[in-house]
Amino acid sequence: MIIRGGIVYDPANGIFGEEMDLCIDNGRIVEDAKGEVIDASGLLVMPGGVDAHSHIAGPKVNTGRIMSPGDSRMGTEPKTAVCRPSTGYTVPNCYAMGYRYARMGYTTAFEAATPIIESRHTHEELEEIPIIDKGALTLFGSNWEVMECVRDKDISKLAAYISWGLRASRGYGVKIVNPGGGEAWGFGSNVKGLYDPVPNFDVTPAEIIRALAQANEMLQLPHSIHLHFNNVGKPGNYTTAIETLELLKDIKPSRMRQIVHVAHMQFSAYGGTSWRDFDSQAPVIADYYNTHNHATMDLGQIIFGNATTMTADAPLEYGNARLLHAKWSNHDIELEESSGVVPLIYGRKMPINAIQWAIGLELALLTKDPWKVLMTTDHPNGGPFVNYPEVIALLMSKAKRAEEIATVHELVTKRTTLPGIEREMDWNDITIMTRAAPARVLGLEDKGHLGPGADADISIYNLKPEEVDPSKDYKLVKNALSLAKYTIKSGQVVSIDGEITATPEGKTYWVDAAVPKADMDRLMIDLKAKFERYYSIKMSNYMVQDAYVTRPMVIKTGEQVSEAVQ
Amino acid sequence: MITSFEDVICSFCGCLCDDLAVEVEDDKVTKVRHSCRLGANKLMGHERIKAPMVRAGEDLKEVSYQEAYDRAAEILLCAKHPLLYGWASTVCEAQKKGILLAEEVGGIIDSTATVCHGPSIMGIEEKGMAGATLGQIKNRADLVIFWGCNPAEAHPRHTLRYSSNVCGRFTADGRGCKNVVVVDVRETKSSKNANKFVLIKPGTDYEVITALRLLVASKDDMVPDEVGGVSKKDLAEVVQVMKASKFGVLFFGLGLTHSRGRSKNIDNALSLVAELNAHTKFVVMPMRGHYNVGGMGQVAAWETGFPMSIDFARGQAYFNPGETAACEVLGHKEVDATLVVAADPASNFPRSIVDNLANMPVIQVDPYQNPTTLLADVVIPSAIAGIEAEGTAYRMDGLALRMKKLVNSPFPSDEEVIGHIIESVRRLKGTVSCNDKEA
Repeated sequence: MIIRGGIVYDPANGIFGEEMDLCIDNGRIVEDAKGEVIDASGLLVMPGGVDAHSHIAGPKVNTGRIMSPGDSRMGTEPKTAVCRPSTGYTVPNCYAMGYRYARMGYTTAFEAATPIIESRHTHEELEEIPIIDKGALTLFGSNWEVMECVRDKDISKLAAYISWGLRASRGYGVKIVNPGGGEAWGFGSNVKGLYDPVPNFDVTPAEIIRALAQANEMLQLPHSIHLHFNNVGKPGNYTTAIETLELLKDIKPSRMRQIVHVAHMQFSAYGGTSWRDFDSQAPVIADYYNTHNHATMDLGQIIFGNATTMTADAPLEYGNARLLHAKWSNHDIELEESSGVVPLIYGRKMPINAIQWAIGLELALLTKDPWKVLMTTDHPNGGPFVNYPEVIALLMSKAKRAEEIATVHELVTKRTTLPGIEREMDWNDITIMTRAAPARVLGLEDKGHLGPGADADISIYNLKPEEVDPSKDYKLVKNALSLAKYTIKSGQVVSIDGEITATPEGKTYWVDAAVPKADMDRLMIDLKAKFERYYSIKMSNYMVQDAYVTRPMVIKTGEQVSEAVQ
Repeated sequence: MITSFEDVICSFCGCLCDDLAVEVEDDKVTKVRHSCRLGANKLMGHERIKAPMVRAGEDLKEVSYQEAYDRAAEILLCAKHPLLYGWASTVCEAQKKGILLAEEVGGIIDSTATVCHGPSIMGIEEKGMAGATLGQIKNRADLVIFWGCNPAEAHPRHTLRYSSNVCGRFTADGRGCKNVVVVDVRETKSSKNANKFVLIKPGTDYEVITALRLLVASKDDMVPDEVGGVSKKDLAEVVQVMKASKFGVLFFGLGLTHSRGRSKNIDNALSLVAELNAHTKFVVMPMRGHYNVGGMGQVAAWETGFPMSIDFARGQAYFNPGETAACEVLGHKEVDATLVVAADPASNFPRSIVDNLANMPVIQVDPYQNPTTLLADVVIPSAIAGIEAEGTAYRMDGLALRMKKLVNSPFPSDEEVIGHIIESVRRLKGTVSCNDKEA
């Protein structure tokens, strides 16, 4: 296949809006190819979108569906010759997830949190999501074995546990959510800061985070630790954010990437002492990112309207439910985590929500290097991913922002710096934030770019970058990005003008990290005891079986990689 | 030759005990250890349907599998609005195929939850649910409440593996460190294990829960001296025990979901538990019956957006349980053919509804003969999931486990049967001539 005459944005390879042809053979980008020609003359061409932080599969997503039939009704679409029926807006059914990502030109999405013991469920849903490639990050932040290794300062055994946990969950990386808080929530409390000890375990969140980061680098995992800070969603929490970033800056990365990826930074850039004097501290966070290079972030941008918040930060969800008198689901997970789900509505006239909305945009616009900032809505916590084109339009146009600011609560002008920000992003920035950077942050070498050998995941938009001025034509930008002219996944056209034309099944990435046998043997003594005494199932029934990952893409790392290098 | 299997998962109830030891000889289960009697009885097996059958006049006549699949497909294609019912005692892989079949034929798919914990799901739609895995409860709960359920007889190993009589990290003394409260309308084997048994009058669950909520909120003066036959003093004592606990759990059964108030009872109970979290840690869980009825709710939710009672007549998923649930559509004669998989509506549905079922074409897929067989027009025997076929099941707390295959079976799995019916539907679509008696 040849894509002829598009204006190609491939910043990872130094291509910034050049007219060129792209050749595809056997699902990959090649130097030369024959066959079908797609005429993309003058049209915007990018690598397929990559979402590095989205909640698309697993127990909490399904809980969101079950507790909100009204949400499922909202997105109802009938079946077609190639599509199963779709439902849902904030929590679409599995089929709608795949179709809607593909329609926007996205071809990869990673589930941001799966508890090890419940990963079979996560993979059951991932397997049902059509078209896109995917993976899941495994939760380690409130895990008994993790905390005991940290307490004993045994980083080698901790690395062995991560290796084992990734294999058991068929997971891709180390996710940490409100470290220690999930355990404290087991008896209804929380940890209040980095140095607040976890009850019964004699460790602090700071120790957990540092040890997991060190073990992560010991294993040379493709992704860094992926961190949801303590105190997320609370006024004044920007100090926790800065404090935590400072804690990690001396750790040496084992690969050419960040040491820590911070999830949904918008929820951690809050000033004030209560909701009454709540304000934006996004400039402080952005300033930190502008002067440090060990961290990346995704936005967690808020979208006005319905959202379903879902997180392993269970105390946060309890707080949300109490604050809003909203319906509340909670799910504690033995020895590993807790979690919660609360549907809510972000109102543009609600002062808190309006300020949150501005903070996300401030973070993106004030952080100079787009490689450090991934565009997400923390789907569906800030709002559903189908709104990405809205966020892109806001980032590209000051006029669009002014138009929105005029409709939101006036405190945005007093408590945030958004109205005064002049920056308007260009297509390079957008391609980086939605494609190149997420792939690099995750360590997906064949994604997010269009060099020879890359996966032939491509989006072509009905928009001529040489004719359209996104600053003025923001409506056109939003419309064009909402329904790609063509989405190509692994060399196959899957969507044309927003209509799904084929539903191939994507791959699931997971990481197989080898560790020394002696460390694994020591670990097994611990785990055997835990399964005998504390878990409610047997170890032999715990591991995710191969039957649940039918199209695996296994990334090997750890000791085996070091040996190969030597 | 005897083959031994360890860590076998029991396919009887929602406990999904995963520690069974099973011996197999000549493709027959000969010994089951560690299980309760209910589980052992299921695993040991009993009389099976021997071959596919199609009704010819009064009798069921043996036919080939292909003939049975084609006849089933003809019935589904000729129906204006078929119902696909059951799905609780089979694995998720079969349930997924069932949903695809419902989409193909524009039918309604519903599970046995509709006559079981359906009201619980509707309560969750109103309030959400503060839950936990059973292992969390094992390790932490020092207060265990059983309301309208009788685990000693319905979930015999629940107390020993997960709840009132098990030791865990923070419950090292097991039963000795736990308070057990049973609320029911009569004494049961479970109430004998309780520190406190609260006997309530039938149909007063809603009032009693409301009184407890008022007492939790310290609005004591609004509670009358007696509620549901229970003195205010006794209720206050229960609330005191609740607030004094470090980790409380409320397990509820059909006594709550199917007494007066139904989904509103659950709504109220879920609210009580949510409110208790202002004072201590508290969680709640329905005692699911069939081993994978929970799985059908999960599969349906991620495939269609809705957990049960889904109508595909419009080519899209439509859910309105008061309208699209199995008993409603059978009672109103809204459906004109029924596929029953791994269930027995003839035994469990009200008489008038069974009469309607008897007057329409019925297809049964099941390993065993049951009263539904007597009114079926097509009977397709299948392998027993969890014994003769692998697959996924969801425990009552939502934990997914993989059921093992222990013996070879001459029968196709439920997944294969439904897959073959889908193939027949696709092949025969547009070619079937229907003798529509009603038309």
